[in-house]
Amino acid sequence: MTDTPAIELKGISKAFGPVQANKDISIRVMPGTIHGIIGENGAGKSTLMSILYGFYKADAGEIWVNGSHKDITDSQAAISAGIGMVFQHFKLVQNFTVLENIILGAEDGPMLRPSLARARGVLKQLAEEYELSVDPDELVENLSVGHQQRVEILKALYRQADILILDEPTGVLTPAEADHLFRILDHLRAEGKTVILITHKLREIMEITDTVSVMRRGEMTATVKTAETSPEQLAELMVGRKVLLRVDKTPARPGAVLLDVQNLRHVDDAGVERLKGVSLQLRAGEVLGIAGVAGNGQSELLEVLGGYADATGSVTMKGAPLPLSGAGSDGSARRAAGIGHVPEDRQEEGLIMPYTAWENTVFGYHRDPRYQSGLLMNNALIKQEAQDKMTRYDVRPPNPNLAARNFSGGNQQKIVLAREIERDPDVLLIGQPTRGVDIGAIEFIHQEIIRLRDKGKAILLVSVELDEIFSLSDRIAVMFDGQIMGERMPAETDQTELGLLMAGVTERPEGSLIAAVDASLHEKEAREAGQHD
Amino acid sequence: MDYATLLQVLDSTVRLATPLLLACLAGLFSERAGIVDIGLEGKMLAAAFFSAAIAAVSGSVWLGLLAGIAASMVMSGIHGLASITFRGNQLISGVAINFLASGITVLIAQDWFSQGGRTPSLMGGGRFESITLPFAEALRGVPVIGPLYYELISGHSILVYVAFLMVPLTWWILFRTRFGLRLRAVGEAPEAVDTAGVSVVGLRFAAIAICGLLTGLAGAYLATGLQAGFVREMTAGRGYIALAALIFAKWRPWYALYACLLFGLLQAVALRYQNIDLGGFIIPVQVMDALPYILTVVILAGFVGKAIPPRAGGEPYVKER
Amino acid sequence: MDKMPAWADAVLVPLISILLAAILSALVILAIGENPVEAFKLMVDGALMRSTGWGYTLYYTTNFIFTGLCVAVAFHAKMFNIGGEGQAMVGGLGVALACLFIPFPHWSVALIVATLAAAAFGAAWAFIPAWLQAKRGSHIVITTIMFNFIAAALLNYVLVNLLRPVGAMEPATAGFPAVTHLPTFQDMFASEGNPLFRGSPANVTFFLAVAACIAFWFLIWRTKLGYEIRAFGHSESAARYAGISPVRITVIAMLISGGLAGMMALNTTMGEAERLVLNATEGAGFIGIAVALMGRSHPVGVFLAALLFGFLYQGGAELALWTSIPRELITVIQALVILFTGALDNMVRMPLEKLFLATRRRSS
Repeated sequence: MTDTPAIELKGISKAFGPVQANKDISIRVMPGTIHGIIGENGAGKSTLMSILYGFYKADAGEIWVNGSHKDITDSQAAISAGIGMVFQHFKLVQNFTVLENIILGAEDGPMLRPSLARARGVLKQLAEEYELSVDPDELVENLSVGHQQRVEILKALYRQADILILDEPTGVLTPAEADHLFRILDHLRAEGKTVILITHKLREIMEITDTVSVMRRGEMTATVKTAETSPEQLAELMVGRKVLLRVDKTPARPGAVLLDVQNLRHVDDAGVERLKGVSLQLRAGEVLGIAGVAGNGQSELLEVLGGYADATGSVTMKGAPLPLSGAGSDGSARRAAGIGHVPEDRQEEGLIMPYTAWENTVFGYHRDPRYQSGLLMNNALIKQEAQDKMTRYDVRPPNPNLAARNFSGGNQQKIVLAREIERDPDVLLIGQPTRGVDIGAIEFIHQEIIRLRDKGKAILLVSVELDEIFSLSDRIAVMFDGQIMGERMPAETDQTELGLLMAGVTERPEGSLIAAVDASLHEKEAREAGQHD
Repeated sequence: MDYATLLQVLDSTVRLATPLLLACLAGLFSERAGIVDIGLEGKMLAAAFFSAAIAAVSGSVWLGLLAGIAASMVMSGIHGLASITFRGNQLISGVAINFLASGITVLIAQDWFSQGGRTPSLMGGGRFESITLPFAEALRGVPVIGPLYYELISGHSILVYVAFLMVPLTWWILFRTRFGLRLRAVGEAPEAVDTAGVSVVGLRFAAIAICGLLTGLAGAYLATGLQAGFVREMTAGRGYIALAALIFAKWRPWYALYACLLFGLLQAVALRYQNIDLGGFIIPVQVMDALPYILTVVILAGFVGKAIPPRAGGEPYVKER
Repeated sequence: MDKMPAWADAVLVPLISILLAAILSALVILAIGENPVEAFKLMVDGALMRSTGWGYTLYYTTNFIFTGLCVAVAFHAKMFNIGGEGQAMVGGLGVALACLFIPFPHWSVALIVATLAAAAFGAAWAFIPAWLQAKRGSHIVITTIMFNFIAAALLNYVLVNLLRPVGAMEPATAGFPAVTHLPTFQDMFASEGNPLFRGSPANVTFFLAVAACIAFWFLIWRTKLGYEIRAFGHSESAARYAGISPVRITVIAMLISGGLAGMMALNTTMGEAERLVLNATEGAGFIGIAVALMGRSHPVGVFLAALLFGFLYQGGAELALWTSIPRELITVIQALVILFTGALDNMVRMPLEKLFLATRRRSS
């Protein structure tokens, strides 16, 4: 071990328009270590790492790699400095093969054939060495997200990266896959490679990193040895004050079944079956949490229940059947039936970003006769009500004339919540309620959900954050590959059991967990590849 | 229809398909790189004018060709500036280029030649001569094959052969070279190219430069090969037919050849027969004129296989935030 | 925070773009050996200094208001309707059929029926691309381009083979009955002692166009349909979430768009030519693109941009008459306007945004 850091950033600053994403950040990462960077959403972690990888250019500051000053103006410069990065949103060409993706930008010469041949050999070696096997001739679009991530890691290793940056790598993985990933990172560390891990999950930091830096609002607030800190201390450093990591709630008192879903099936535009016979019952006064890795049909479940994706099967609301396709099956009809919906993606679905806050407060309810006067809309009334809702939900700034895009993630989410909850629905569908939301708003949103439950409403909560599922749900259903793998009571299960269910493994295997998970995921991949043809 | 007539129709099919094919392959390079180009028409028109104008002034068709290529390259440059550098709307930029070419060609033609927006008729070295392939004369007498070789395969201008050779060349570049791999990648997932350390801007400009080169050839062929001089609006919608052929071909080089030959055949038939009499049922010439467009709509409607364009097409590349 | 104040976005950016287009146009005039200042004077003289000039300017303006609104309403639903030209052609067919075959008692009745016919025919021509876009995902830009060519072939066939009077050579219909002739500005405003708008084609359709602008504003910003069209234009996924049917909005927006384009034919066919000729639209459908871009898809902007293009058209005709500058100069200017206000928008916007950001930083 030497004293020369593998990476040293000095005084990095970066602004996007009026937003200061990074403010005078300095950091040292020693070789052969795993260094965590933790912070809330929007704290500037990804920006910082993208600067290191040459994806963005810093406004000020220096980058030193292995003791020498590097001018990293683009990704090519970062790659030649031995830096590789696995982005949160993969940078793969979907209709290229794995092999083509690997060599893209790292070809050996103007002709493809020799590059492909060499890459095939190297890939085989790497796969054996790091347990990173993928079929080199498969199209990326046919791979599961976990395997796509492997391709990204292989891309970096093929370019002989010594320093590997991973941005929120476990968001798309089942817990067992995440464990497997951590084993690979461990292996890389043992070989003397340096790993930088960006995450917002305290547990991961504690589990795998040697040192950890905490970011808050674009600034680096602390760098500590992981062994010498605690989750509580890190959380406080992230938020700047003491935070409650638990939600206070009383036991649920479930009432009558409000929403009864039987054998729901949905086929997407590409002809792939995304829901394969989902059945569940939602009772008044309870939170039913749907756990699962993203992309296993949860989004489609919300879309079908929300009225904007067609399905077969049956859904009854308070005993009355709801149409699942054709006329009468749209968002307005569902709202009229008493189903509110806070969608997973507020920017793409829940809000019209260029619309003002007041216009957004009636989005989906804009056809309500209350908001009409003759042929025109009664904008005065809408504005007045909007001002009201914004005050009550503590939306900041409380200015209804501001466009939605000008609010922070947390305040945008509050606008959506205000709109849906104020209509007093009997059933509320909530997808990823706290994605991209700061901790202060998370506490508020969680309290609102529990308050609604205690009023006797039924809440269907979809979240990929297992912690969130645990702290809010009265009952947990796990989705995998378009099916409900099982239902558990939170008190009677643990992360390991849910993690296995999330990978489609219903019985605790005798031998290695990851082997069972891998086998299950392989089966799913094969099924999907079959459906594509 | 006798054999000689058939050969004549096919011969004119080849001639009429040539500008379509060059423009179609031009569009293919551009759109495969993610730059949608509805300005093919304008680039061709600009190239047609400048090639004819310079050929008329200098008496050299080769200088004309260079001028034509230069003109459509400039148009490509504007398109690149708008859609790559300044991340503007590619469709709107294409529309602007079409109007720019339509106006500026007549404006300059009037200024230079004062012949009502046309160039003087090209003669001698101002036009591309047709090339007689080896043994064409000797084989002419051989039944069936002789006339086929003499009439159909031999006797075209050099640009016709260039156009047809461009098909395998395009295929080879796209699917066998590093440049092709990167070009296709940048039209599908520019962020993958960017993070792999390759310049998205550079690749896209290279693609539209090739597009400019090929539309330059197409325009020059129109004014100095197919016809003898420039007249206003002489492209007459060929740029749009090429675009239609590109969709028809699902952005693949060999299919582009077939699509352009088909559309060329339609034009040849419409040119030769005004109204086609099918035993009492008369197909009016207007139907033949409209057929390429109708066919394209049918293809676009997905009734005959789905045409899936490159995924990043039409969208300027902005690094996500 | 937004990078720029709203007024800069709505007014400053288009103004600078137009200025750039004007400078380049002046350079083009210089390059062909004419004096841009003289040329501009001639244009102003011919288009604005006499009532007859105004009569032509407003006649063209009327066309461009309709086609500009046609493109604008599609823009609000995030569709690019390049098919205004074809829709206007087919709209002309509707006008011609109504005027030729229905015995009208009075021009006002004729105008109402012909308006309905024009809008219906134009909307019908927009319907197929709209439906294909909504149901089959066929890109509307390409299909509307194709439909322009198909419309031209259709009109050609109808005029040559069906509606051409016996013995006539020209592919055009017979003249419309006198009762369908619309009052021109000359009819309305000229008196014995004050001969205004003499011989110019501006007619009562202009007021219809102005009414369309006002109706457009109410539709887009004050009705729930407008709310849905704009919402759909900003985000299709959000629209679906909110229970707004993409198919319905796509089709309705395009029907309105095609209807507006069709109504343009009232002005050229019923108001001016008083018969249907082959090239009645004269590219006005395409000018609508420039008008909508420049007018930022807002009716006030569209009106002003249409007025500018009306002026350019009439001024350009004057230029072609008195100088060696051909009318195609207007096509070049039109191209430059589309380029700068549409495609090169960011070229103007980016430095401005930086400027505003810098001044804000300094003041804070």
